[in-house]
Amino acid sequence: MFFGIRPYLLVSSIVFSLGLLGFFLNRRHIINLLMSIELILLAVNINFIAFSADFHDLTGQVFSLFILTIAAAEAAIGLAILVVYFRNRATINIDESVLLKD
Amino acid sequence: MAGILFYLFSGVLIASAVGVVFARTTLYNVLFLIMAFFNAAGLFLLAGSEFLAMILVIVYVGAVAVLFLFVVMMVDTTNIKTNQTLSRGRWIMMLAALIFACELIVVAYQWSHAPQTSDLVAYASPKYLTNTHALGGLIYTHYFYTFQIAGLILLVSMIGAIVLTLHGESPRPLRKQNITNQLKRRKQDTLTVKHVNFHQGLE
Repeated sequence: MFFGIRPYLLVSSIVFSLGLLGFFLNRRHIINLLMSIELILLAVNINFIAFSADFHDLTGQVFSLFILTIAAAEAAIGLAILVVYFRNRATINIDESVLLKD
Repeated sequence: MAGILFYLFSGVLIASAVGVVFARTTLYNVLFLIMAFFNAAGLFLLAGSEFLAMILVIVYVGAVAVLFLFVVMMVDTTNIKTNQTLSRGRWIMMLAALIFACELIVVAYQWSHAPQTSDLVAYASPKYLTNTHALGGLIYTHYFYTFQIAGLILLVSMIGAIVLTLHGESPRPLRKQNITNQLKRRKQDTLTVKHVNFHQGLE
């Protein structure tokens, strides 16, 4: 069923660039930043899986599992920080987070 | 058939990634993210890693994306003005991302095996075992400590999320265990035994 690594690399590079673009474009919206990070990690996972299938090597899938773990932990912590920030400031606009500046 | 499925999955994956980045409502962003996860799971299935595909659907769509949905519904996201009008800076950002994508694609298309690659395989995937069986045999033997550390990371992040969100004066204070009160309870203070007659009940 696996037919070459290049289509997978193509898809994953496009998804990675889209995640990067989301990181650039939605700089004031923390939830969108977290979702862009998820997209980038998904692209990395696709790369790992594709190389694992291409080399017939299971190590890529093991590391993809670890990346999934880290991404879940990061999403949980990020959303907790977001909820605490919203409770303190009643907004999640990053442009107003200038407490350290003044 | 597999080719058609690959193009379907990857096309919908890219389209929903575009939706994650460009949709205006945050709720729609999360729903597009769920769609992207489903199609990535399809791509994983086509590449032969069934276990990770199912993990992606169960853990990602079932837990992480639903966590995103909860937070989006709890947090007021309406008062943020997202000026999505493409000003000059945004065009520059899109150009930068496009250049980055082109570079990645160029690198991907001239990639090729070194001739000795097949000798350097660390743990070859066995032919006559299912993917889940082989992966379990690997992560519980060679990657055992790494796997435990991954579990510890999950534990630390869980404790961290709980500590972060419970910190400070919440409107309902936490109920703490009072061991003296617990030990002072006696049976006759809290429990009475009544004899109930048939067809009469308790008055």
